[in-house]
Amino acid sequence: MNNTIVAPTIEYGTLAPLLLIFGAAIVGVLVEAFAPRYLRKAMQVPITLLSIAGAFALVILQVVSGDVPTTPVAMGALAVDGPSLFIWGVILVLSFVCVLLINDEGHFVASAAAVPGSADEEEAERSGSAHTEVYPLALFAIGGMLLFPAANDLLTMFVGLEVMSLPLYLLCGLARRRRLLSQEASMKYFLLGAFSSAFFLYGTAMIYGYAGTVSFAGISQAMATGALLDPLLLLGFSLLAVGLLFKLGAAPFQAWKPDVYQGAPTPITALMASGTLVAAVGALLRVFWAGLGNLDWNWRPVIWVIAALTMIVGSILAITQTDIKRMLAYSSIAHAGFLLVGVVATSSTAAGNAISMQAILFYLLVYGLATVGAFAVVTLVRDPGGEANHLSRWAGLGKRSPILAGVFAFFLLAFAGIPLTSGFFGKYAVFTAALASGREAGDSLGAWMTGLVVVGVVASAIAAFFYVRVIVLMFFNEPAADGPSIAIPSTGTVAVISIAMLVTVGVGVFPEPVLQLAHNAAAGLFIR
Amino acid sequence: MTTHYLILSGLLFAIGAIGVLTRRNAIVVFMCVELMLNACNLAFVTFARQVGNLEGQIIAFFVMVVAAAEVVVGLAIIVTIFRTRRSASVDDVNLLKY
Repeated sequence: MNNTIVAPTIEYGTLAPLLLIFGAAIVGVLVEAFAPRYLRKAMQVPITLLSIAGAFALVILQVVSGDVPTTPVAMGALAVDGPSLFIWGVILVLSFVCVLLINDEGHFVASAAAVPGSADEEEAERSGSAHTEVYPLALFAIGGMLLFPAANDLLTMFVGLEVMSLPLYLLCGLARRRRLLSQEASMKYFLLGAFSSAFFLYGTAMIYGYAGTVSFAGISQAMATGALLDPLLLLGFSLLAVGLLFKLGAAPFQAWKPDVYQGAPTPITALMASGTLVAAVGALLRVFWAGLGNLDWNWRPVIWVIAALTMIVGSILAITQTDIKRMLAYSSIAHAGFLLVGVVATSSTAAGNAISMQAILFYLLVYGLATVGAFAVVTLVRDPGGEANHLSRWAGLGKRSPILAGVFAFFLLAFAGIPLTSGFFGKYAVFTAALASGREAGDSLGAWMTGLVVVGVVASAIAAFFYVRVIVLMFFNEPAADGPSIAIPSTGTVAVISIAMLVTVGVGVFPEPVLQLAHNAAAGLFIR
Repeated sequence: MTTHYLILSGLLFAIGAIGVLTRRNAIVVFMCVELMLNACNLAFVTFARQVGNLEGQIIAFFVMVVAAAEVVVGLAIIVTIFRTRRSASVDDVNLLKY
């Protein structure tokens, strides 16, 4: 028996971005506790924005200095590898622009505890109080998003999942207008989210029973030597997949997404549609590729079916929507399906896997920014009672406000994957990776991968129909006499829309630099 | 013999899952989710005994902490809904659909 206790080592330099975000979140909580009310917003905004920018700078510094660790850090709890750093960078950029949106006036309730329509609520509105707790909550959620895809064992991943989700459950219920919808979204998200994370946890328990450990290295080692058709392993895999696919919003676990996206305050919807999706895809990839890589004969058909189903369900149900946020939610479901095509596209060689990984990383960046841009436009089209989310209210927007409608149309074209937008190269990269993976496998499996790409292209065509329908509605319909007003955008919102627009156009015309960056990040694949 | 404990854990998880799907009161639904988490804990501890390391027992502590945090958030949300609607039934929250 070895009785000496070895002190754990923590690589503070490598973990600095994560520690900075969590540290700033805790400082934010302390500000809420001790700073006077009138000072809070003035302190929270710089703390939040500077910490996100600082964390991004630290990520860039780590990439530029070239000391990307080749072994897991923090005693094997986290894997800060190329894909992790790329995903961190994407999440930090997306959350920075989302915080700029959150920062705008009038999105959040003055007092969440006041019953809607009561005298308390009126009083809170009149006194101009605001929930500045939103900023530390958002920071905790962002910290969870960073932790979730970088986790190197299932326990850390579960903790990351909860740290990401718990603040988001609360943030969903804090909309200033239509508070009943917002509270309802919050409750639905919470109950279903807690339900799905229980599945994730039971899956973890089953895998632990099979492998005797929850670290991805240990799991894949146990699979290399042990039986692959062990019931514990298969049960564990299925339950883990339920938990992860729920967070991603893949069919048949997509039901929460439209409700929550519609009810939540729009800046939070933007954060969920971009940051959470990126983190969930990263975590899903890590579990399936790094943890359960040896089981790919079992999980690839399952994910194949789910990818096809998700693309079809997302695209078809989007057609019937009359609410702009709901429509964007279904579009987000369809995009989750396109990303899953990349997850299925594994290969027997590391180079082949790196191509699929590069495609997914690239897709995450371009889709995330276009989404935030689209939701930023949604915040600007307003009725007296809040945002004008019903599609009929958007009729003729192109005649009243050509620039705004033009920008929105451009984001929709990027979602549809029209050439000269970033979305085209995203889809192109994912589909090519899938075809290459099928070609390599040959014969029947190759045909299956081609089939999945065909489903993807058909789904894209269906999706293009409803995107174009909105564009036609905006530009070729007469505006209603009492149409919605276009809010004068704040500097923050202008910055968000400009950044999103710039990247969508820029990457659509010159994709090489970003593709190269994704290629470099993907080259080393996951470490475990 | 650890099998009995695993069967018990599976039963608790199933009871919790069925409860979430069939019960109508949000508080009860939430308690069923907690039951599922506790079923996970039992499975972890049992497997720790079976495979002969302490990892599973340590995970159980983490799960307890997460479950406690979840209770805070969950009850806050359910109480807010109850104050607004005078009802905690999950059938009554039906404004968001289609």
